[in-house]
Amino acid sequence: MTYFRSHILVCNDPECLEKGSMEIMQALKSELSSKGLLDEVQILDTPRIGNCESGPEILVYPEGFHYINLSKENIPFLVEEQFLKGRPVNDLLAPPKKEEAQELGEPTAKEIRVVLRNCGKIDPQNIEEYIAEDGYQALAKVLTQYSPDDVINTITQSGLRGRGGAGFPTGKKWAIARDSVDGQKYLVCNADEGDPGAFMNRSVLEGDPHSVIEGMIIAAYTIGASQGYIYCRAEYPIAIRTLNIAIEQAREYGLLGKNIIGTDFSFDLEVRKGAGAFVCGEETALIASIEGKRGEPRPRPPFPAVKGLFGKPTNINNVETYANIPQIILRGADWYASMGTEKSKGTKTFALAGDVKRTGLIEVPFGITVREIVYDVGGGIKNDREFKAIQTGGPMGGCLPAEYLDLPVDYEKLTQAGSIMGSGGMVVMDDETCMVDIARFFMEFIQDESCGKCVPCRVGTRRMLEILTRICNGEGRDGDIELLEALSAEIKQDSLCGLGQGAPNPVVSTLKHFRSEYEAHIYKKECPAKVCRALIRYEIQADKCVGCTACARNCPVNAITGEAKKTHYIDPDICIRCGICKQVCNYEAVLVT
Amino acid sequence: MLDNISPTTQIDPTHNPELADRIDEILEEHKAKPGSLMVILNEVQSKIGFVSEPIQDYIAKSLRVPVSKVHGVISFYSFFTTQPRGKHTIKFCLGTACYVGGAPQLIDKAKQLVGIEMGKTTDDGQITLEECRCVGACSQAPVVVIDETIHGRVKPSKVAQLIRALEKEDEGA
Repeated sequence: MTYFRSHILVCNDPECLEKGSMEIMQALKSELSSKGLLDEVQILDTPRIGNCESGPEILVYPEGFHYINLSKENIPFLVEEQFLKGRPVNDLLAPPKKEEAQELGEPTAKEIRVVLRNCGKIDPQNIEEYIAEDGYQALAKVLTQYSPDDVINTITQSGLRGRGGAGFPTGKKWAIARDSVDGQKYLVCNADEGDPGAFMNRSVLEGDPHSVIEGMIIAAYTIGASQGYIYCRAEYPIAIRTLNIAIEQAREYGLLGKNIIGTDFSFDLEVRKGAGAFVCGEETALIASIEGKRGEPRPRPPFPAVKGLFGKPTNINNVETYANIPQIILRGADWYASMGTEKSKGTKTFALAGDVKRTGLIEVPFGITVREIVYDVGGGIKNDREFKAIQTGGPMGGCLPAEYLDLPVDYEKLTQAGSIMGSGGMVVMDDETCMVDIARFFMEFIQDESCGKCVPCRVGTRRMLEILTRICNGEGRDGDIELLEALSAEIKQDSLCGLGQGAPNPVVSTLKHFRSEYEAHIYKKECPAKVCRALIRYEIQADKCVGCTACARNCPVNAITGEAKKTHYIDPDICIRCGICKQVCNYEAVLVT
Repeated sequence: MLDNISPTTQIDPTHNPELADRIDEILEEHKAKPGSLMVILNEVQSKIGFVSEPIQDYIAKSLRVPVSKVHGVISFYSFFTTQPRGKHTIKFCLGTACYVGGAPQLIDKAKQLVGIEMGKTTDDGQITLEECRCVGACSQAPVVVIDETIHGRVKPSKVAQLIRALEKEDEGA
């Protein structure tokens, strides 16, 4: 395969063709050849660059310059400036796109983008844009120069660990699957990103699907699999659509199917859709679901690498793990291992949400501190309130208080602190968040999503939820905290899969760091954060109310009375403490006590 | 297109040839795949809108599996419904960011405006209210999903606007 320093994509949509894009292409070719640049600059035609209104148009990579309204006469100057002198021709550049509200903004100084490098930059529905960003070069390199052992060695040296949460070394996992002797093997991508507050995988699938597909083909070659499945949750319809388009295009280009890029290696992929069961993110449950069964986990061993999908050896990795593979192959294990901490190498994507100023997707090297994530990348707490806790790792993770702001984020450190890495959800909470209510929220989630197969998880989480609910309702009893602790220990020890084993974690971590809040609820019948509805009252302060009637008009239960321009009154017996009045009041007259 | 048939027969493929044809088409396309049951049920749910008990029976016979197996899968996954949903489904995301961002207030407001509980459909079959799992749009929390469209940074007053827009659209239609 030849390496080009630049790529020119020429739009070949009918509208651009009519405006003469073929002539532009010819002119580019002859100009490049007369300057001796044809073996340095590649010309490709591609559908759909812009909206074709200002065609003919071209894109120049790697810089991503978008030139519009071209004519033959422009080309000699353009080629000279752009490809000989290396500077853009500003007069011909498309005007910058209007900034849209986006989840993925420009990276801040602390970020390094490996997995997200193409997201938002390339058209995910156009394989050529991916190819122009060195796409499928890692695959070509592997299929022509690497033995499966070479791949395993490179991945092992890079230190890449499973990004789904458990952090198992990827190279080791592949080696086990490769060594399984059974003829038929399967490869599975876990795209069942179910943790509430996490959307990293969705962004990669929607923004750069080919990086995942390329990673999967390399993995399939390494372990010797001929068929792969991407199991994606049903809540992500756009990701599923994008993946199907990408797979179809990869087939057309001979990158999937029989005899990939002319070698004797064959592999194909299919997307399978989940149906709204959180537990299917657990690998054995996911396998059962692909097999068309109830998504219930089973005991391990045997591990999927030995006995997995349809009873055959199966390698399962998460979306982000696969998306890392092509870059590791291209840029080398040492490059990857140079980022991160001693045991956690490389970068990790996180979905930063909650009470920070800049929410959205980030990618940072391991070892960055919580403070850097919250304040430097996230821009600090919304409305400049106090940082109270950061919740990491989803519903089986934990809440870490301000003492842990300087904790370096990696697999081991988070576990030691009582939380987990999980798939990468990070929800920042300010001082208006009640930690008992949060623990109850997660327990409600877990209890609802428990598959019901084993008793500790099915019954235990229900009992824990009952206790937490009564504490939030102001009916907590002496001994409830101890009961929660005892139940937590039992459920953790006796559950079958990761869901049950991790289920008590939000309670354990909030009890460890915010015990006084539990005690306030139980013994003083107070909610310090003023969240739990049974323990608070809404009142209107006479000196601040101007009688605008906004609260009375918005109250869902008509609990507020008062004439216009006179102080209003909330009837506590009717009030359901929904807080809408406080939200709509422009005079900060509604007080929570 | 199913509106003219009485409610009991309209969910039963053995009494509704048009429904049977549509299910047959899905069965034919996917039957041969390994692990086909999930694929078929997902297709039926998305194209027909529900998987009623008569449909489960019909699929079980066609795949030659016990109906208990089909029902077992249906009852396990929350995306499958056995009853037709309303014309519009309003889903309230209960992911962590949306919950912390005020989803419970939105739900209160919607229940009050539409006059039904969560998980129910209005008597005229127009609107279904549902809670749902994290839709992964956390940076826009709190989020409301109406049919397939995601509305971000929703406030209680916006809920009223969105519901009014749905009602207006139906009156216009």
